[in-house]
Amino acid sequence: MVNFIWLFFIAVSFVAAILNGRMEALTEAAFEGAKSGVTVSFGLISVMVFWLGLMRIGEDAGLLRKIAVLLQPAVRFLFPDVPKGHPALGYIMSNMSANILGLGNAATPMGIKAMQELQKLNPHKETASAAMCTLLALNTSSITLVPTTLIAIRMTYGSVNPAEIVGTTLAATLVATAAAILADRWYRHRYNRRPPKDIGRDGTMAQGPPGSDAGGFGQGKGEAVV
Amino acid sequence: MPEASVRERVRPLYEWVTMISAWLIPFMIVFIPLYAAFKRVPVYETFIDGAKDGFGTAINIIPHLVGMMVAISMFRASGAMDMLASLIRPLFDSFGIPSEVLPLGLLRPLTGAGSLAFTTELIKTYGPDSMIGRISSTVQGSTDTTLYVLTVYFGAVGIRKSKYALKVGLFSDLVGFFAAIIICLFVFGT
Repeated sequence: MVNFIWLFFIAVSFVAAILNGRMEALTEAAFEGAKSGVTVSFGLISVMVFWLGLMRIGEDAGLLRKIAVLLQPAVRFLFPDVPKGHPALGYIMSNMSANILGLGNAATPMGIKAMQELQKLNPHKETASAAMCTLLALNTSSITLVPTTLIAIRMTYGSVNPAEIVGTTLAATLVATAAAILADRWYRHRYNRRPPKDIGRDGTMAQGPPGSDAGGFGQGKGEAVV
Repeated sequence: MPEASVRERVRPLYEWVTMISAWLIPFMIVFIPLYAAFKRVPVYETFIDGAKDGFGTAINIIPHLVGMMVAISMFRASGAMDMLASLIRPLFDSFGIPSEVLPLGLLRPLTGAGSLAFTTELIKTYGPDSMIGRISSTVQGSTDTTLYVLTVYFGAVGIRKSKYALKVGLFSDLVGFFAAIIICLFVFGT
């Protein structure tokens, strides 16, 4: 599906550029896009370096396993195939709480760390596991309690009540998240019944890029808990 | 209308969450190392050890993000996005939904910065307290950029086959977009 979307964007853009006579703009846009891809990644470096450092301290001190065990019932329902007390659950919980509080620059590193932990449990290293898909679904719909950025923008443009969208946003985000969880469940069941043929092809336990082993430090520690 | 009382009830929640948001990160920065030191973890060395992984992870994301951003940027600049929007527009008009917000629905799952810019533009043009301003604020705030989240999260661990994840994300964006419109028309409608 990603292959299709990517190709679709590029091919349709080319045709649209012909129709609209915007070939020059297309060239510029391509390189502008590449540039912003790098800019955003570089912006992530500082955030990732800092949070992963802090999180490693938390992991070594056993804080993450504590959180994971404490919030067991809540994540149990969403991630039934992650072993009890696994560090992934601690990161998932931290990721979700950061999202809810609108702490974007803390949510991303924790979400990535959770993905890395889930990758350790994943038998097919290049294919997303069910748990990874669920974590992604939660993050794309991302429950937000207070959309701080938008309140600030509304304030800038002289809103009488900048925070009046808090309630509607919360309601809409809950609907979107419920839809994501339901769709995820539905696909998960459908997928379990009829696994695709091509899984074996890439499921050769191939080595991921170096980053997939990042955090190998805590490996296996969480499994034995409880 | 009960609108005013809703506002009154929302305000303490807003202030409460703003306070937690402001305090939480400094609290974590202090509490985690203190707790770890108490558990006899060499805090600074452990920090450096973990922080090393951050660089590689962020670098790993570059190819994924560049690929996606190029495609999205081309899609917008070529006018394809506007053409798609004009195709769907009559459908919006027939339901009495302000069609000015339509491009936002198409933009939101693709680019966070792009859709935020578009939302800001709508708020600037129509005013933050107009229906368009309220709907666009709600749409922008209620979901995250699906394609970005997918690219970054799966890119960081080297997942190539995303299975059904993208479909789920886009489906929830669609539901969230219409939920935002319906809820706003219902709450702020005349």
